[in-house]
Amino acid sequence: MYTKDGETYFITDSHIHFWDASPANWVPGQEQYAKGWIECFHAYMGLAPAETHWPLEHFQKYSEDDLMKDLFEDGYVDVGIFQPTNLRQWYTEGFNTTERNGQLAGKHPGKFIVNTSWDPRDGDAGLEALEARSERWKPKGAKLYTAEWKGDSRGWKLTDPEAYRYLAKCEELGITNLHVHKGPTIWPLDKDAFDVSDVDHAATDFPNLNFIVEHVGLPRIEDFCFMATQEPNVYAGLAVVVGGLMHARPRFFAKVMGELLFWVGEDKMTFGSDYAIWEPKWQIEGFVDWDFPDDAEFSDYPRLGVDGKKKILGLNAARLYDIEVPPELRLAESETSASA
Amino acid sequence: MLRDDVLAALATVRDPELDEPLTELGFVSECEISPEGEVTVRLRLPTFFCAANFAFLMVADSYDAVSGVPGVRHTEVLLDDHFASEEINAGVAARAGFGETFGALAAGELDDLRQEFLRKAVLAGADRVGRPLTNGRTSEEIVALRLGDVPDKADRDRLRARRSDLGLPADDDDPLLVDPVTGDPIEVDSVSDHLGRARLTRISLEANGGICRGMLRERYVTIGVGEKEDQ
Repeated sequence: MYTKDGETYFITDSHIHFWDASPANWVPGQEQYAKGWIECFHAYMGLAPAETHWPLEHFQKYSEDDLMKDLFEDGYVDVGIFQPTNLRQWYTEGFNTTERNGQLAGKHPGKFIVNTSWDPRDGDAGLEALEARSERWKPKGAKLYTAEWKGDSRGWKLTDPEAYRYLAKCEELGITNLHVHKGPTIWPLDKDAFDVSDVDHAATDFPNLNFIVEHVGLPRIEDFCFMATQEPNVYAGLAVVVGGLMHARPRFFAKVMGELLFWVGEDKMTFGSDYAIWEPKWQIEGFVDWDFPDDAEFSDYPRLGVDGKKKILGLNAARLYDIEVPPELRLAESETSASA
Repeated sequence: MLRDDVLAALATVRDPELDEPLTELGFVSECEISPEGEVTVRLRLPTFFCAANFAFLMVADSYDAVSGVPGVRHTEVLLDDHFASEEINAGVAARAGFGETFGALAAGELDDLRQEFLRKAVLAGADRVGRPLTNGRTSEEIVALRLGDVPDKADRDRLRARRSDLGLPADDDDPLLVDPVTGDPIEVDSVSDHLGRARLTRISLEANGGICRGMLRERYVTIGVGEKEDQ
């Protein structure tokens, strides 16, 4: 939790990673992709304040102690939600897997939520494996990385028939929070891999599941907002928005926040640091202090007050994941809105 | 000077996603011209994993723009440090071989993708040029505004060019606000919704441009040919 000016904020960091991208974990023959991936992530870290940058070697593989300190000792986080990204095509033991996350979470009860992931291209065997992981880790959420390479296939969509079988299985297993992460794919070259319209269809067809679109669909914020405004079960994951813009491009950050508050609303936005791309400490401190610039250009955006910041920094995700929030850190009206 | 002509041609090539010239974005790292008129252009992008389809369009468009300059006898455009550099460079160099390199995914079908992003550019442009005009006016007054009412010539011409590319009404006496798909004038009841969408689309494009510039700066210390700093 984080206290500032007499207000205490419960912090759910809904997007964290524990990865191993060190050269020892690179798949032979795929080194250029494994290296390109982690160096791309490392460049994103460059958008943060200089004093929080890490050397590449540390960024490739950080320890359990580093993570515990950065999130819980220094970073104010109460509960962190692991969002796995397997990338086994490039990383021998996977990049950031449910198993690796789960082992760490097992040592620190109450500190983490372990999400799983799935890939519809794994077919029946994948469905069985998902059931087994569900039994073992009891995940309430899954990270879906639609750009993941797999053999000749370099991406998939939520509207693929196979994906609908997996979504139905998630509903059955109580994996109700689906974190959708769009990324660049090669094929098909003629289509926009960042397109979020598949989320729109899936959200309509699976009204009992929640779809948290990570980094608010960046670079397709506009398509994401047009969709989220119509779908009650679509949420905005703020990873990258805070980390990538708040420090590096503060005016764009204010505009993007204004648009999100207008189209999506403070009840459906969730904070995520995207650790270890960025440390949570500076993001949380900066976000609590943040307000719109005093400028006519921002005057007709909805305002964000202390209650709204409390929701975004922790209470909204706590509601999605049934995380117990100490009574003194809840909002007076949150009881009613939670039961609505 | 041939160099000026080549740079001017490169400045007409845009990142289709961001609707900004490659030169201003800093994506042109080198432009070498031999006395015999042989041009080599090197392009660079903000990340190793930038979308391959847009990367392909930028390399192909640069090739077309440069090779069309009078006095240019040979053109080579090379994309560096990208996961699909090899395929893209080979495809563009082969020129006639786009189809073979990219199969059913080549030029013809990329046109649809390009159109989709031109529509976004038109919508974003309606906010960029329209907001100063629409502020303080009623919806009835706004639907009466014409493209020719835009005071800034550069902004007006930019929006006009995008609308022409899409086959949308683009004359001075055509409405300022049109549907980017059908070209129909925006009705009084839809003005506020249309302007809201236009602003969001512009902010999305500009925020992406901001992130791309930030990432490019992390990746390369050198300034690109014709690069311009944004706000």
